[in-house]
Amino acid sequence: MAHEIIEKLPYSHPFLFVDDLQDINQNGVIGSFTFKNELDFFRGHFKEAPVTPGVILTECCAQIGLVCLGIYLLDAQVKDFEKPQLALSSSEMEFYLPVFPDETVRVESEKIYFRFNKLKCKVKLFNQSGKLACKGILAGMLTGVESGK
Amino acid sequence: MSEKEKRYEELKEIVANYLPEDVPSQSISLESHFINELNINSANLVDIVLDVEDAFDIMLENEDMDKMTTVQEALRIIDLKIDNKS
Repeated sequence: MAHEIIEKLPYSHPFLFVDDLQDINQNGVIGSFTFKNELDFFRGHFKEAPVTPGVILTECCAQIGLVCLGIYLLDAQVKDFEKPQLALSSSEMEFYLPVFPDETVRVESEKIYFRFNKLKCKVKLFNQSGKLACKGILAGMLTGVESGK
Repeated sequence: MSEKEKRYEELKEIVANYLPEDVPSQSISLESHFINELNINSANLVDIVLDVEDAFDIMLENEDMDKMTTVQEALRIIDLKIDNKS
């Protein structure tokens, strides 16, 4: 299941921030990603003091928490659905701890609602030692395009 | 105020919460198109629909959402749903 969903993601390196999904169901998802030392933005954020940028942590939360979950939810709704069309519509995040190169983070997302193609979720991102690094509320619009269209 | 006028006022209050800063709430009229005239994005339009469901205690479907392009259309659908309830 995890593999099929990740296959459907419209991202690729260097902007794919999902390695694996540990759990996914109607109400939420848990996934993980390792911010490898080689990632390009570490060279400039910050100069000689690499830390994962907050926008990238937000993106990681959105890819796991909104897009992966959205694909799962759409799969149940749209017959033969192939690729999702999506757009982030709002984000409200708070940041607590830095995430350093080579850390594996865990994202947990809990669905608030998925109605009229809008998915709104509560997301939390935990660092390698299991401490909360950021959390917030994200929402996006998602539609499934039927295969052959 | 008639029932329908009250509904219109209530709807205007809901919509006003989602207007972008450069659109004054006085610009809401019956003819207003949510997306083209009031500059409300599709994600906020969903929130308006969810608030409408709560405020009028009705349940809206995808087809209703697709038809809700203007304030007038929204009111027509709200009236219809409320009438069907009783």
